[in-house]
Amino acid sequence: MGLLELTALELGKQIKEKKVSVKEAVEASFSRIRESEETVHAFITLEEEKALKNAEEVQARIDAGVLSGPLAGVPMAVKDNICTEGMKTTCGSRILYNFVPAYSAQAVTNLKKAGAVIVGKTNMDEFAMGSTTETSWFGPTANPWNKKHVPGGSSGGSCAAVASGEVFYALGSDTGGSIRQPSSFCGVTGIKPTYGTVSRYGLIAYGSSLDQIGPVARDTADCAAVLEILASHDKKDSTSVPRKDYNFTEALTGEAKGMKIGIPSDYLGEGLDDEIRTAVLQGAELLKFQGAEVEFFDLGMVEYAIPAYYVIASAEASSNLSRFDGVKYGYRTGEYEDLHEMYKKSRSEGFGTEVKRRIMLGSFVLSSGYYDAYYLKALRTKALIKQAFDRAFEKYDIILGPAAPSTAPAMGESLCDPLKMYLGDIYTVSVNLAGLPGISVPCKTDEKGLPIGLQMLADCFEEKKLFRAASAYEKARGRWELPISGCRPDKEGK
Amino acid sequence: MAVKIDDKIIEYVGILAKLNLSEEEKKKAGEDMSRMLEYIDKLNELDTRGTAPMTHIFDISNVFREDEITNGDQSGEMLSNAPRQKDKQYQVPRTVE
Repeated sequence: MGLLELTALELGKQIKEKKVSVKEAVEASFSRIRESEETVHAFITLEEEKALKNAEEVQARIDAGVLSGPLAGVPMAVKDNICTEGMKTTCGSRILYNFVPAYSAQAVTNLKKAGAVIVGKTNMDEFAMGSTTETSWFGPTANPWNKKHVPGGSSGGSCAAVASGEVFYALGSDTGGSIRQPSSFCGVTGIKPTYGTVSRYGLIAYGSSLDQIGPVARDTADCAAVLEILASHDKKDSTSVPRKDYNFTEALTGEAKGMKIGIPSDYLGEGLDDEIRTAVLQGAELLKFQGAEVEFFDLGMVEYAIPAYYVIASAEASSNLSRFDGVKYGYRTGEYEDLHEMYKKSRSEGFGTEVKRRIMLGSFVLSSGYYDAYYLKALRTKALIKQAFDRAFEKYDIILGPAAPSTAPAMGESLCDPLKMYLGDIYTVSVNLAGLPGISVPCKTDEKGLPIGLQMLADCFEEKKLFRAASAYEKARGRWELPISGCRPDKEGK
Repeated sequence: MAVKIDDKIIEYVGILAKLNLSEEEKKKAGEDMSRMLEYIDKLNELDTRGTAPMTHIFDISNVFREDEITNGDQSGEMLSNAPRQKDKQYQVPRTVE
């Protein structure tokens, strides 16, 4: 088995056992990047020189016995809305096209302490607003399973980089499904942790009450190991929650004996592809085989999640993105008469269409006269959605369903009708509104050869239940192979 | 309820959002917003009387900490990101006569 086919934990073990050096791992990663980046375009910024220098430092610390964690020396990538000191961080936007942060996000600091080697920054929908990674100012990313299709979004670059074998794991961020949906489209495993688990310090804000950083990896065990590194209580993020137990890998038992799993009947209705419905039901059978009890139930409130989400997320975005004004960082327009014209022109030229659309909607729903009718109404709806999940988790350990109503659409299909694109978020956005943890695990490919992801949800702070159920499912499913050359043929290549 | 998004509202939102929109962009923005608000009006099917607006998922109140400086002086790195700077300050067009 080649180096590139290893999981992050398998590679970490080989590095620890001195079978592979950190430099060899980083070189393997870059040789794969050179091979596939021309067609996949998962990265906005690549930092080969820095990564190789970092590899030497990490190797020295491993050799000295200072670094002994399971992922020390493993090459990885960071989504470009997460600040990396001295490394360009653009948010996929022209308005931050040249921004170099003076500090790193807490999540990145935690990774560096654990010996992670960052190879570069991954592409994303501009300011994480989008479901296809086509709204990036730096051009779209392609789905490694079929280059004519999108990788999903907004963490499309991170998911495509993992799926194509360019890196062994990556960081994404999830405001309304931006880790789980592209993970599903790219056939990788991605988890959005409970709100407050990973510090948002240094994550460029979109919808602050919804944003969470999380891992994207090749399997559940890798995700659990990365989350153990990322998760920490951080005083610099006032919404960070101290947790008693960070030992997520302990939950990877590979069985689901006695677990109660509920499938919302309202997740399987109209609008869901038949092949995905079948895949979810087959997934349920595998979980039963592993000892779980599975039943159907009515979750309720499903159709209200998208309208509530777009009001709340846009409102928060309109406030968060007011800091981009051409003064302190990023793009400034060329010609202007006075300060206000400079603000307006810099913002109008610096932001793309989708970002402007959401800033406008957000400014409107927060404006005097409409605040109660739209913004407060959405916050009341959020409370009802949370109550619906609370009722479900009184009965079930896990909620099982699809991650998205379809597999990856073809490039260019989604952007012409924004509302239709938003409707694709139906299974993911409610999870952010309720602050829950959710994981997408690949289960099979559809008849076009595109991956389908199963989504599992648990109550707040119950990541261990998620990891247990996901590991049980994986064990029954068997090894999942990625479209890495020599590993699995690119089906559409035929 | 359906709010009518007319030119006046788009003009006003443009001021709030600090965006300069061309006539074409304004027209498109009006259409997009009308369509989205029509969809958002679905929320009116819900009886939310007696349900308090939920800002935070968890029952957290203000989190205080001592205001201590823990990082060093990074003004140089911070300023180096500015599109224009002068004498260690951000440079902007004249704002007072």
